Amino acid sequence: MSEQRKTLIGKRVPRLDAHAKVTGTARYTGDLSLPGMLYGVMVRSPVAHAHIKHIDVSKARAFPGVKCIITGNDVPAIRYGNWRLVPELQDETVLAHDCVRFIGDEVAAVAAIDEATARKAAELIDVEYEPLPAVFNVDDAMAEGAPTLHSHRENNLSLERKIDYGDLEKAFAEADYIREDTFTTHAVSHAYMEPCVALAQADADGRITLWTSTQTPYYVQCLLAQTMELRENDVRVIKPHVGGGFGGKMELRPWEFCAAWMARETGQPVKFTLTRAEEFASGRRRHPVKITSKIGFKKDGSITGKEVIAHLDGGAYNGMGPTATFLIGNFGAMLYRVPAYRYRGNYIYTNNPPAGAMRGFGAPQALFAGETQMNLAADALGIDPIELRLKNAMVEGDKIPGVATIGSCGFIECLEKVRELSNWDERQADARPGEGLGIACYSFISGGVFNWFNTQYTFSAAEVRVFDDGTAQLSTLAADIGQGSDLILVQILAEELGLEVSDIRLVTGDTATCPQSDLGTWGSRVTLMAGNAVRDAAHKVKEQLFDMVSLKLNLNVIHEIECGNGHIYPKSKPAHGLPFGDVVAMVQRSNRGKPLKATGYYTPRDCGLVSPAFSFGAQVADTSVDLETGMVQVNKMFTVHDCGTELNPMAVEGQLEGSIQMSLGYALSEELLMEEGKTLNTSFLDYKVPVAEDMPPSVSETIETYEETGPFGAKEAGEGLACPTAPAIADAVRKATGLCCKDLPITSDKIRSYLSGD
Amino acid sequence: MNTHVIELIVNGDLREVAVRPNLTLLQLLRDHLRLTGTKHGCGTGDCGACTVLLDGRPVNSCLTLAVEARNRTITTIEGISTSGTTLHPVQQAFVEKGAVQCGYCTPGMIMSSVHLLRTNPDPTESEIRHAIGGNICRCTGYTKIIEAIETAARAKKGSGQ
Repeated sequence: MSEQRKTLIGKRVPRLDAHAKVTGTARYTGDLSLPGMLYGVMVRSPVAHAHIKHIDVSKARAFPGVKCIITGNDVPAIRYGNWRLVPELQDETVLAHDCVRFIGDEVAAVAAIDEATARKAAELIDVEYEPLPAVFNVDDAMAEGAPTLHSHRENNLSLERKIDYGDLEKAFAEADYIREDTFTTHAVSHAYMEPCVALAQADADGRITLWTSTQTPYYVQCLLAQTMELRENDVRVIKPHVGGGFGGKMELRPWEFCAAWMARETGQPVKFTLTRAEEFASGRRRHPVKITSKIGFKKDGSITGKEVIAHLDGGAYNGMGPTATFLIGNFGAMLYRVPAYRYRGNYIYTNNPPAGAMRGFGAPQALFAGETQMNLAADALGIDPIELRLKNAMVEGDKIPGVATIGSCGFIECLEKVRELSNWDERQADARPGEGLGIACYSFISGGVFNWFNTQYTFSAAEVRVFDDGTAQLSTLAADIGQGSDLILVQILAEELGLEVSDIRLVTGDTATCPQSDLGTWGSRVTLMAGNAVRDAAHKVKEQLFDMVSLKLNLNVIHEIECGNGHIYPKSKPAHGLPFGDVVAMVQRSNRGKPLKATGYYTPRDCGLVSPAFSFGAQVADTSVDLETGMVQVNKMFTVHDCGTELNPMAVEGQLEGSIQMSLGYALSEELLMEEGKTLNTSFLDYKVPVAEDMPPSVSETIETYEETGPFGAKEAGEGLACPTAPAIADAVRKATGLCCKDLPITSDKIRSYLSGD
Repeated sequence: MNTHVIELIVNGDLREVAVRPNLTLLQLLRDHLRLTGTKHGCGTGDCGACTVLLDGRPVNSCLTLAVEARNRTITTIEGISTSGTTLHPVQQAFVEKGAVQCGYCTPGMIMSSVHLLRTNPDPTESEIRHAIGGNICRCTGYTKIIEAIETAARAKKGSGQ
């Protein structure tokens, strides 16, 4: 073996599941069916706030073909939620007890021999509601005498999160220029292409197997056990292929519970498939937030201090809101050196459908406000907005007191590169009406260090087995929901073991067979956290393999040994290696037949309150506005980002390109239109997701840094980019028209009404 | 509702099925024939995940009644490659170019692309964007899908297919 050691890091390896997905053989939960399977539908509240006086299911129960009906009276009234660390934040029950709090709140469930029968029977369930006064926005919810959603929160303030550091009064006193702005953001849908599906089967002894479209199988396992009063190990959750999640599939959902409960009741498998209209009308959404931001600068542009006050419209329940409330505060002071900072985040209950985690998790709202305000401040200070950012940019080693230390950071390089790429300086000098170049930036986490789920396990785990035929098996509960983490983890393992990607078998998505545990897909955590667990397992296996090679080749102890090209060899004598499988066989023989395997773990420790690593990036939107119609046309997007090492550039590009689509929709065309708690646009016809013809050309460049805490130097890609697009377009629109849009989305109506002076 | 017995050709095989008049083609394919490659994304013809070819032309199978397919030819994602092991050039290009992420829109997207290249072997970028305009993807931003279709067009041209 004389050729150079092959590396897989940075290679454009195609996805492992691509073949199955292009041939239609990849199985999603909806593609599964079991003999004797029943079909379930949810019965939802048509009113925003009411006492349930009475539920009459007798007509429905008598309907031919109906096998099971449950209401809140039939199941334990257990409050659950992802925030197990603070039980009083767990405010949901799987079916409504006594009270409904939003249009779409789950009241009952029906299982029948087919879907049509279940739907007809659902219509026969007679629920008597006693309407209660309701509130649909944060101001009304906080007003004196407002109706209360939850009795333990009389003023509808579910929680307040605070961040404080530095002397803010002094900071504002020393400032030469202070500005205060208020921004509002809107609710949008994840609009993942696969509507939620759950299929459950109960064994004769009551143990449950649940196949479900989830990004967090472990959470679903724990919370299903809790709500069904089962032991955790009595619940097995299997995640087949998932058609996107974007944060919308990371909690236990009522239909998962109902499928499992009714499967146990009937002895037959039960499957629930949500309609697209249900998804839009009552599904989780990105939090609408009102943000008031006050920031002070010295004449030279340096920031002296900042205060951010946020009010989140949480809807009827907490969900992941407490985390978003904190993260808005965190991202209120990311990107720039802010010597003094005060954050007050308020999570408010309203009778809107509950919001939840969505790509960016608070950061898109925080950075729409923060980045728009930077652009306005730059103009007022007479400083170029890129210069103003360079003046204040975070660099490696910066500390946010008590919150985080910045590791690898290519932010300054991103700014300089995007200036060059977009021809920024020349275009500023040559401004024309109806045209504009806008800029905004982002930073994002690579996994969260917070343990709100109060897990008793490590955050990630991976088991590696190696075989004497020169192959390996990787087993992990890390959840690929389309982002491609399965491939990245296999690529990491193949790199460690010096094997090919095709030599690795992957076992994943099953709480019964994968090692405990993995917290799932959220907060861009999988590559860093599960990746580190994979490396840990690989190192443990390699130690035994290397010991054997040392013995077999009678190596001096000073020799370094490595794996590469299917062999294991002394680093200084690559030609003197032994085939990987042969070494496995020798280790196995020396252990009298015991298989060679190891489990690796990762839990972030001693890295602040937020994340082990932060990505950075800058984006410029080249935009035209039709001054007659107010139509916004994004001509080109320029993106420069720092995701540490690009483990697989094709996967990284895919993340960035997809993020631009979702963020373009957030900026311009997507909005859940609400009236008295009712979502008005519940189809893709009325909820306008950008299609291929809507997408602007886009160029992206990477600033390579090396993140010490990440596997092979990698960190987050593609979630942080959910943040800058809206403020960059807002900045461009302001330059093109004069309208400073502080209220998302940026619609042609708003522009036209501004231009016509209404 | 009366049940109708219809004959249709699905991926080259003659099928005889008894269907109710309100059964959609999508339900027929997925639930009766167990061809689950075709996906249900919305049920209202807005997302394109259920796209199949009916007599060679792309349709939303969720808006097509099964009885409309009587005596007609249906091609689904399971039926576009000529053999079990070889991929159609469009499928091959989707794999190589990274045009697949969650994969839920992929079958419908590929059916629209296959039809495009059959009717327009050398499409411009804007013709490609137009041809997949009825197929929503929430993961890729379409960039790599468009690259894949361009690649497949070149490959087909090269191979004379």
